[in-house]
Amino acid sequence: MLDLRSYACLGAALRDALDRFSSEVCLIEADRDREKVRLTYSDFKEIALPLARALEDADFDAGDRAAIIMTNQSKWLISAYAIFYCGGVLVPLDYKLSAIEHLQLLAHSKAKILIVEYHLWRAIMQSPDFQKIGTRIVLVTEAPLGADLAGAFRWEDFRRKGAPDFVLRQREDTACIVYSSGTGGRPKGCVLTHENYLEQCRALTAWYPFWPGVRYLSILPTNHAIDFMVGFIGPFVCGACVVHLRTLRPEFVRDAFVRYRITYVSLVPMIVKNLERGLRVKFDELPSWKRAFLNTMIATNKLLTRRRPKVKLSRMLLGSVHRAFGGELLALITGGAFMEPSTMQFFYDLGIPVVNGYGLTEAGTALTLNDLKPFRADTVGKPLPGVELRILNPDADGIGEVAARSATVMSHYLDDPELTLETIVDGWLLTGDLGRFDGNGHLQLFGRKKNMVVTEGGKNIYPEDIENVFDGLPVKEHCVFAANYIWPRKELGGEILVLVLRLEQNQHFDATLLEEISARNRRLPDFKRVGGYLIWDRDFPRTASMKVKRQVLGEEIGKSAERGAIVGL
Amino acid sequence: METAEKTLDEILTLAASHFKVPRERLSPDDDFFKALGIDSLQTLDLLTKLENHFQVELPDYELQGVSDFRTLAGKIQARL
Repeated sequence: MLDLRSYACLGAALRDALDRFSSEVCLIEADRDREKVRLTYSDFKEIALPLARALEDADFDAGDRAAIIMTNQSKWLISAYAIFYCGGVLVPLDYKLSAIEHLQLLAHSKAKILIVEYHLWRAIMQSPDFQKIGTRIVLVTEAPLGADLAGAFRWEDFRRKGAPDFVLRQREDTACIVYSSGTGGRPKGCVLTHENYLEQCRALTAWYPFWPGVRYLSILPTNHAIDFMVGFIGPFVCGACVVHLRTLRPEFVRDAFVRYRITYVSLVPMIVKNLERGLRVKFDELPSWKRAFLNTMIATNKLLTRRRPKVKLSRMLLGSVHRAFGGELLALITGGAFMEPSTMQFFYDLGIPVVNGYGLTEAGTALTLNDLKPFRADTVGKPLPGVELRILNPDADGIGEVAARSATVMSHYLDDPELTLETIVDGWLLTGDLGRFDGNGHLQLFGRKKNMVVTEGGKNIYPEDIENVFDGLPVKEHCVFAANYIWPRKELGGEILVLVLRLEQNQHFDATLLEEISARNRRLPDFKRVGGYLIWDRDFPRTASMKVKRQVLGEEIGKSAERGAIVGL
Repeated sequence: METAEKTLDEILTLAASHFKVPRERLSPDDDFFKALGIDSLQTLDLLTKLENHFQVELPDYELQGVSDFRTLAGKIQARL
């Protein structure tokens, strides 16, 4: 791999990687069982440079911002490289957000250029706020011929001949602005520097290196910190190959493992659990003698790998299971949300290590990772090289807020000095997560101090962002909380959002109101929906400017009501 | 060419049988996550069943934001 210490910016590292590994395959893109794209590093360069030249000719200068809203595909990475080549700042936006949210974040980031897939652009064009879009140049991928693009350019046509000038950036310059969520009230744009990414990449590849021939299956959205690093920067600076799938149907994902002999994949816990369920069903269908044989092999593997993984041995003992995953899988990487230890243990016992980690957008990709020496299902691993972690104000059990100091911690929140000051104190990032270290230096997490939930799909949901869906509800006032924020408990998982309602005097909660709440709830994407409601019999405490004092209200509710008072929706 | 109503009815029948829910418990405007007790990953399974049945291909993004049978039927009908 490249020695990243000698690079000042991501663009320079990627540029050298394209030359160093020119004949290696860097990208494969498949739609169902049809392979659509296969590019070597040299092919990638040939496609990216004319785009960079066209961006340059369109006055896209050093420090200018360009947003990408795309599902995982080759054009995402090609566009990102072209942006870095021009010295630009990348703003990767979550393609699963609504068109209104996309427009809000485009405005907040002041992106000069937007690169977007056609179906997402169509949704943005249909948004009532579309006319307010301030993005000057829009490039749309895969637009049908003759489609009305409202002045946008077709990505495929936006290219110019001639070598573009490479623009070198410094380590302290901004590389990306990544929104950790917060579209409704207060967008949280994490400003991450080239230093942040280069150091994160160095730390991760020190423990989990890539090399030419490794095939990484990119399933987590590339806009997410994990896939951006492990499904783009990491593999590219090591000459490895990234496999994109245009559909994430379970059967095509399963086929891809085998067809492309995948080496690594990152998955959110929800998908890992789904894989576990599928395997358990298959195991249960086996005739009893085969099942008994399998159990013996699993027990043997468990015994022989208790100190460290022995992949070759596991592949011999449990060949059919490993063949179903392509036969070359070294590890499932998981993160972004709480993962049940039993699921991790299930895979480890089959000889497929699950590499569990912990991180947040504000800290690049990961702060801790399981080093598999030995495998631990009950922790989120140890701090990565260069990461310092502290437990603030530990209680009698040693549990307190996790604070981090590292070269990977973001510079600041975009245009929000107040929030930055609250979040990074004396150089320490306050994560809002509660944890403690065990005697072996492993971090264990126990919950969150913040009013937010992290779904099994790895989405951060801030209650204030979804409150406006309930605006106008025929009640006196309403507020949304994470249940774990009101009733803290020292465990992760089982997180739900609760809608707290204060009814008008003499108002009764009736079926009409319930239907209204349910209908509004259904308008939200499934991962953002509230799980229940709670009737509160006092006025909400408010500030002089009439904002709800959330913390005070949360504490009042926590003292007077039990978690069991939540009525499920 | 199937009619929209027939498409919708077939979707309800297929969903009921695939997820082992009584057909009479499902109605067109139901939230299928709730009515079938499934997560977003399982809806992809349902989508595959429906694609095979109707012989159409629906990109994953077509399902984004769709949570009731009627809208889903509309998406399929548009491709028949």
